[in-house]
Amino acid sequence: MNKGFHLKRNETITLIALALVVFLAIRAAVGANMINDYWQRVLDQALITTMGALGLSLIYGFCGQFSLGHAAFYGIGAYTAAYISKVYGQGSIPFFIIAVVAGTLMAALMAYLIGRPILRLRSDYLGIATLGFGIIMRVGFENSDKVLKPLGGATGMTGVPQLMSFTWIFVFTVITIFLVRNFVTSTFGRACVAIREDEIAADAMGINTTKVKTMAFVLGCAVVGFAGALYAHRYPYLHPSNFDFLKSFDFLLIVVLGGLGSMTGTIITAVSWVFLLEGLRVVLGQTFVDFRGVIYALILIISIILRPQGIFGGREWKMLVPAVRPARAPLKEGGTHVHAGGK
Amino acid sequence: MSMLVVSNLNKNFGGLKAVANFDIHLDKGEVVGLIGPNGAGKTTVFNLITGMFPISSGSIQFMGESIVGLPPFMVCSKGIARTFQNIRLFKQHTVLDNVRSAMHFRAGYTLLDATLRTPKYRAEEERIIEHSRELLQTLNLINRESDLAANLSYGDQRRLEIARALATQPKLLLLDEPAAGMNPNEVARLVDLIKFVKSHFDLTVLLIEHQMGFVMNLCERLVVMDFGQVIAKGDPAEVRNDPKVLEAYLGKGVTVA
Repeated sequence: MNKGFHLKRNETITLIALALVVFLAIRAAVGANMINDYWQRVLDQALITTMGALGLSLIYGFCGQFSLGHAAFYGIGAYTAAYISKVYGQGSIPFFIIAVVAGTLMAALMAYLIGRPILRLRSDYLGIATLGFGIIMRVGFENSDKVLKPLGGATGMTGVPQLMSFTWIFVFTVITIFLVRNFVTSTFGRACVAIREDEIAADAMGINTTKVKTMAFVLGCAVVGFAGALYAHRYPYLHPSNFDFLKSFDFLLIVVLGGLGSMTGTIITAVSWVFLLEGLRVVLGQTFVDFRGVIYALILIISIILRPQGIFGGREWKMLVPAVRPARAPLKEGGTHVHAGGK
Repeated sequence: MSMLVVSNLNKNFGGLKAVANFDIHLDKGEVVGLIGPNGAGKTTVFNLITGMFPISSGSIQFMGESIVGLPPFMVCSKGIARTFQNIRLFKQHTVLDNVRSAMHFRAGYTLLDATLRTPKYRAEEERIIEHSRELLQTLNLINRESDLAANLSYGDQRRLEIARALATQPKLLLLDEPAAGMNPNEVARLVDLIKFVKSHFDLTVLLIEHQMGFVMNLCERLVVMDFGQVIAKGDPAEVRNDPKVLEAYLGKGVTVA
């Protein structure tokens, strides 16, 4: 076989061009007043949610580690970045960068501290531990003003410089998608799926399962921490209820509905989900707005009955996650060993 | 040269002695069969060698080095690969990815190389695919490489498990009932396959099997277990006529015509 022909040519350039087209189209629509400020904010939220959901996709979708506290890490990223930006930065770009990096690293560090002892275990202990951690963090955020006044506690936090625009969020989303794609298509991504499929076999095949699981968990939480840090610089009001169990549940829904182990599914479902929630607000009107909860629970139930493997069911858009180039057809008739079996 | 020396191995599950004073010795290039009735402790021996369970006492030396207490992934990286009695493939992975996953610990690039797609990542990925495809071709699975492992036929799944084990580049291969559920025709081909793989990859093989025909054709030596203990060892012909073996398999007071 010829060397150097197995991997497909990188689609990165095409994808960036495509992203640019989408970006320009949206900007044009904004310019033509087709998207008002309200829907612009919904769109930005959709992109931030996409980043966060990709984080959980790594942890649960690819590596099979059930996390119920994803929003807690989202909150850690948001509050850490918000604090630095509000207290020290006051709108300066270098401090904004420091704030975002700090938010991301803080989420990663907390994930490491939680994950390290728990990920040694097989089975669903991580779900219980992260659920507990989510509750701790929610209570922590509510009482944060008693430790650090600027965090605002239960009344919410205001005064974070609003440095993020659609342009930046879009760029960061595209970068996140590429980084996650590169991870997933590497040997680390394959090891994650191997662990999800059969942890005992993965261990027996030389995969250090604790290490790979911790890696996936920390990276996934870092990604959502990053999303949180951006969120804090886009929406002027941070409240603990934005980062509670229900928000974790949102991320989980997106990953499950999109199909475990499908980046494409996660991205499309995340964007659709945010627009669906806001769309329902418009459709239902003020009086029935609380019925959204009923409708989205119904959507979940119906789609799990009809398509338990999720909308994309592990399949990927080939442009985003290319398959390996097919083996050069027909090699030697029947392989090198005639008796090797098969039909 | 001694490949594997297990001596005085014991494993207790509570009050049950699953493996008691078990000894086995494998020289390089041998094919040895581990046989015995159901529940004799054969798979437990495999699990002890590969580090899946901690041993109660005894010693396990692999190429002159103790591997007691190592976690399974370390045992594998030392050069011991195994298959499972109840096939344990990565079902939602493609055939190719099953093999590639087993090369994870031999992938010579870091997380940073992966996320930034450095030339090193590309070169290593090419090498991994190249090697995986050679294996798949050897085991006649190359035409199924993009199918999910779950969609393969039973015989193909068994062969994929062997391919996956070979991808870790082992020196010692442990096969746990590789012929289970196969028809005589498939069994005959499996015998050829194991012989071929053994010489092609310069392996030592220890296998668990029930089917006497299979074991007789393949193994140079047999070790027979019952109730966690070795009750007989020797070449296949000797073992077949050993009264203790007959007793273990068929019960007391039976003579074979």
